[in-house]
Amino acid sequence: MATETRINTETVLEVEDLRTYFRTRWGTVKAVDGISFDLRKGETLGIVGESGCGKSVTMLSLMRLIPTPPGRIVSGKIILDGDDLVQLSENELGKIRGSKIALIIQDPMTSLNPVFTIGDQVEEAIKIHQDIPKRSVMEHALQVLRKVNIPAAESRMKDYPHQMSGGMRQRVVGAIGISCQPKVLIADEPTTSLDVTIQAQYLKLLKDLQKDSDMSLIFITHDFGIVAKMCDRVAVMYAGRIVEHGSVRDIFNNPSHPYTAALLASVPKMDVDVDRLFSIEGQPPPLHNLPVGCSFADRCPVVMDKCREAYPNRSTVSDGHTAACWKLE
Amino acid sequence: MAADLSGIIIAPPTTMARAAGAYRKFRRWPVIPLFLLGLVVFAGLFAPLISPHNPEKGELKDRNIPPAWLGGETALKLVVERLSINDRGSQVTLRDALVINPNAKVGDQLVIVTKPAGSTKFLLGTDHLGRDVLSRIIYGARISLIVSIVTLGVGGSIGVVLGLAAGYYGGWVDETLMRLVDIKLAIPLILIALVLVITLGQSLAIIVTVLCLFIWPRFARQVRGEVLQLKNMDYVSLAKVSGASTARILFIHIFPGTINTLIVVATLQVGIVILLESTLSFLGAGVPPPTPAWGSMVADGRDKLAGGVWWISTFPGLAIMLTVVSLNLFGDWLRDKLDPRLRQME
Amino acid sequence: MTTTESSRSRSEVGQVLLEAKNLKKYFPVTKGLLISKVTGHIKAVDDISFQLRAGETLGVVGESGCGKSTTAKMMLMLETPTEGSILFEGQDVHHSSAAVRKSYRSSVQAVFQDPWSSLNPRMRVKDIIAEPMVINWNISHAEQQERVMKLLNDVGLNEYHSNLFPHEFSGGQRQRLAIARALALNPRVIVLDEPVSALDVSIRAQIMNLLKDLQAEYNVAYMLIAHDLATVRYMCDWVAVMYLGEIVELSPVHEMYTNPSHPYTKALMSAALPSHPDMEQEEIILQGEVPSPLNPPSGCYFHPRCPAAMDRCAVDKPGRTELAPGHSLTCHLF
Repeated sequence: MATETRINTETVLEVEDLRTYFRTRWGTVKAVDGISFDLRKGETLGIVGESGCGKSVTMLSLMRLIPTPPGRIVSGKIILDGDDLVQLSENELGKIRGSKIALIIQDPMTSLNPVFTIGDQVEEAIKIHQDIPKRSVMEHALQVLRKVNIPAAESRMKDYPHQMSGGMRQRVVGAIGISCQPKVLIADEPTTSLDVTIQAQYLKLLKDLQKDSDMSLIFITHDFGIVAKMCDRVAVMYAGRIVEHGSVRDIFNNPSHPYTAALLASVPKMDVDVDRLFSIEGQPPPLHNLPVGCSFADRCPVVMDKCREAYPNRSTVSDGHTAACWKLE
Repeated sequence: MAADLSGIIIAPPTTMARAAGAYRKFRRWPVIPLFLLGLVVFAGLFAPLISPHNPEKGELKDRNIPPAWLGGETALKLVVERLSINDRGSQVTLRDALVINPNAKVGDQLVIVTKPAGSTKFLLGTDHLGRDVLSRIIYGARISLIVSIVTLGVGGSIGVVLGLAAGYYGGWVDETLMRLVDIKLAIPLILIALVLVITLGQSLAIIVTVLCLFIWPRFARQVRGEVLQLKNMDYVSLAKVSGASTARILFIHIFPGTINTLIVVATLQVGIVILLESTLSFLGAGVPPPTPAWGSMVADGRDKLAGGVWWISTFPGLAIMLTVVSLNLFGDWLRDKLDPRLRQME
Repeated sequence: MTTTESSRSRSEVGQVLLEAKNLKKYFPVTKGLLISKVTGHIKAVDDISFQLRAGETLGVVGESGCGKSTTAKMMLMLETPTEGSILFEGQDVHHSSAAVRKSYRSSVQAVFQDPWSSLNPRMRVKDIIAEPMVINWNISHAEQQERVMKLLNDVGLNEYHSNLFPHEFSGGQRQRLAIARALALNPRVIVLDEPVSALDVSIRAQIMNLLKDLQAEYNVAYMLIAHDLATVRYMCDWVAVMYLGEIVELSPVHEMYTNPSHPYTKALMSAALPSHPDMEQEEIILQGEVPSPLNPPSGCYFHPRCPAAMDRCAVDKPGRTELAPGHSLTCHLF
C-alpha cells in the first residue's frame, strides 16, 4: 500500500557510480560495483536484495562507515545537499552524520548502550549536533520520545534499555535517528526482529514521522512485503549491482529483469492460493569470484549465450524504469 | 549490520598496518617457545641418555665448580707453620702446602687456587655436593614432565567429568559443584601441602594429589561454561528427538565441542602446575631429595648466592622461567588459533 | 526394525494420526536462593487441543511468547506437559511404556529454524544423517550408508556430499541436510519450526517446494510453526492461531484466509505485509504489546488489545464455538 506522495522533484541525495571494494585473502570483493540512484524529498526508496548482494555495504558507504582497511570506496559520488560525502574529511562527516543523514539499524539490542539510560542516549544525540541550552535539550529529548509514541515518556527516560521490550527499544533507536530532523533516514531491516503486530505499529510510525517532517527514507530490506507497504521506488540489487530500478508499481506489475520476476514469483502470497511457487535454483555467486558477463546468468531461466560474455547495459523499460538485461536490448 | 563483512580478512596497505602484518606473520608460529618446550620434553624423555653425569651422586672434591666459561682465581700465599689470626687470608699451612707442592717449606711463596676454574666436564658447574648442575636440570625436566602429565591427566579428567555433569544437569548438581569450586578458591594450597608433608612425609604422590586438587576447578569451570552453550544447540535437541541416550549426547555431541577450549586450558595450566611444583619443592614440601627437581635446586643454592656461587640457583631458576613463559606464549597462541571467542577472556 | 519399515502400509491421507487433548504447560516461577518458593506459573501453553492428519500440514501461527515453540517441544517430547495428553494412534505417549515412547520418538522428527546450529559441526554429513538409524534401527553399516545416499538424493544433494562437514554447505543446503536427517527413520510426523525464516528469499521457495514434494511422496504429516502468514497459506491445510498460550482460532486454511473471524486473527492478517502495493488490507493497528504470560489479563486474554472488546470480555472467558465444520474459535462475538 504505497502512499501517493506528492510529486516532488527536489533531489536530496544523488549517488553516482559508487564502487566499494574489500581486499580479502580471497581477492578483491566488489561488494558494491557501480550503482547509481537518486532520492527525492519526502520519498521512500527501497533497496532490496538477498544477503551478500551489497545492500548493507551500500548503506555503510552512504554513511561513510566502511571499515578501512579492508574496505574502500574506490570511486563514485554521494552528493547530499550539495556536498560530496566521498570527499569529506572525518571531521566534516561528523557534522553531517546524524544531522543530515541518519541510520536505524536492525538490532535494537546492540545499537543502544546498556549502561546509559534512554534519556541520556537521546540527549547525547541531540547535544552532538545542536547548540541548544542544557535545559531545552531534555525537553527536546522528551518531545522526540513522545513523537515515536513511547507511552509515559517522562518516566521511561530514566529506564535502561534492558527494561524495555524489543518494540520499545526499536522506537528509541528511531527516536535517536530522527532527533535532529535528518533529511535522509536510512533504515536497515528495522523490523526483522519484531513481531508482526509490533512491526505494523513501527512501520506506521515511520510513515507518520516521514509525513510530518518531509524527510526521505531509504529502506534496506530483503522483504518484498515491506517494499510493497512502504516504498515509492525500488532498486533491486544482485551481486553488488542494481539490476532493476523503478517505481514500486513498475516493479510489481511489470518486473523486467528475470531476477526480479523470479524473486517475486518465489514469494508466497497472503491473498491468493498459489499452487506451486517458482523456485530459483542455485545460489548467488561468491562476490570475490564473479562470472564474466551477467552475474545472474547461471540461475537465469531465460539465459542466452550473450549473457555469459558481457555485462548488459541499463535499458529503459518505461519512464523511470530501468533494468540491466540483454533481453531488453 | 555488517553481516556481509564477516569472515573478511584484512590485507593492510598502510605502513603501520604492514608492520602489524609482519608481526602477525611472526606470531603465526611461536617458534621460540615451541623450540624451548621441545627441548624440555626431549630432556625429560631421554634424560638417562643425554645427561653427562649421575644427577644424584657427586665427588665432594668437585664441589662448587663454576660453569665452563668462567675462569678460576689464584692468590700468592705464604707457607707458615701455623696460621696467624690477622693474616689468615694470605697464609697457608705447611701441611696443606705439601699436598700441592711436596717441596714446599715454611717461608716459601706459593700460588694457590682459591676458586676452581670451570671445566668442560661440568658445563653448567656443580653444586655444593659436587653434582653436575646440567644433569640435574635434565633430570629435573623429567620430574616436571611427570608431575604435569599425571596432574593434568587425573585433575583434568576429574574437572572435565564434573564440568560436563554440572553444565548438562544444572540444578543442585551444578550448585554443589560450583560451591566446591568456590571453596577451593578460599583454601591456601601451600599451607595444606606443608601440613600434608609434615604429617605424611614427602612423596611425589602427595605433591600430585595437592596439584590435582588445585587444578580440577579450572577445568570444571571452563567445561561447564562451554556445555551451557552447547547443550542449547539445536543439534543436541535433535539428537534427543531421535532418542539418543544421555551418554551419547554428552560424549558424541557435547564433549567434542569442548576440546579446543580444553587444549588451551591444559597448556596454560601446565605452566601453573610447573610453577607450583617448583614452589612446593623450594619450600621443601615437594619431591624428596636427592631426586633433582628444579624448585629444590633453587632452594639448595640460595644460601650460596652470597658467596658468589650463583650458578646452583640461577640455572634451574632460568629453566623454570623459560618453560613457564614458553607455555604461556604457546597457550595464548593456541587460544587465538583455536577459538577467537576466548580472546577477550582473562 | 529394518529398512522394510519404509514399505509398510502408510495411513490414508486425512486419517487422524496424532491428537493433542487439553495440553497445558506451566513453568513454575521461583523466588529465593536457598529455599526456593514457587511464586507463580508462566502459562506457556494453556489448554490447547488439535489434531494432526496423515499427509496434511497444520500451521501454528502467533507472535513470540504465544506458546507455539513450547507446543512443538511437547510434541517432540523435549518437554513434559503439565496436564493433558498427546495421543499417537490412540496411545498417550507421555504416560506409557518405554516401548511406546521409543516408537513415538522414531515416528516424530523435527527440522529447526537455524540451519547453522542444527547440524553438529564436528560430524560428517553421512554420520549426521545416519545417527537416528544408528540409535533406533538394528541394521548394518552398509544398509545405513545406502539409505543415507537415497536420502541425499531425495533432498536434491549428491552422494559426494556425504563425506563433507556441515561448514562446507550454504544455508539452504544445510536445511536440506536437516530435512534428510529428519526423514531418516521414515517418520509419520515432522515438526517444522520456522524452517525457512533464516534462509535467503530466493532459497525459501526451493525448501518449501521440497517439503511439499516430500510430503506428497512419503505421506508424512507436518506441524509447521511459523510467523509468516503467507508461508502458512502456501504450506498448510489447517491453521491454528495462538495467543498467550491458547488457540484462539483453528480452521482449514482457505476458510481462515477468506473468512478470518477472531479479532486477533483479523489484526494479525491486517498487520501482515502485503504481497502487492495495491493489495487491499484493513488497517487494524493493535495497541500495546502481548501481556506477560505470568500475569495474563482476566476474562478473554485478548480483551485489553481487542478493537471489538465488550464489557463481558473482561470478566468471562469465552468458550470454544464452532462456526463451520472444523472452524472453531474462542470469542464472545460468536
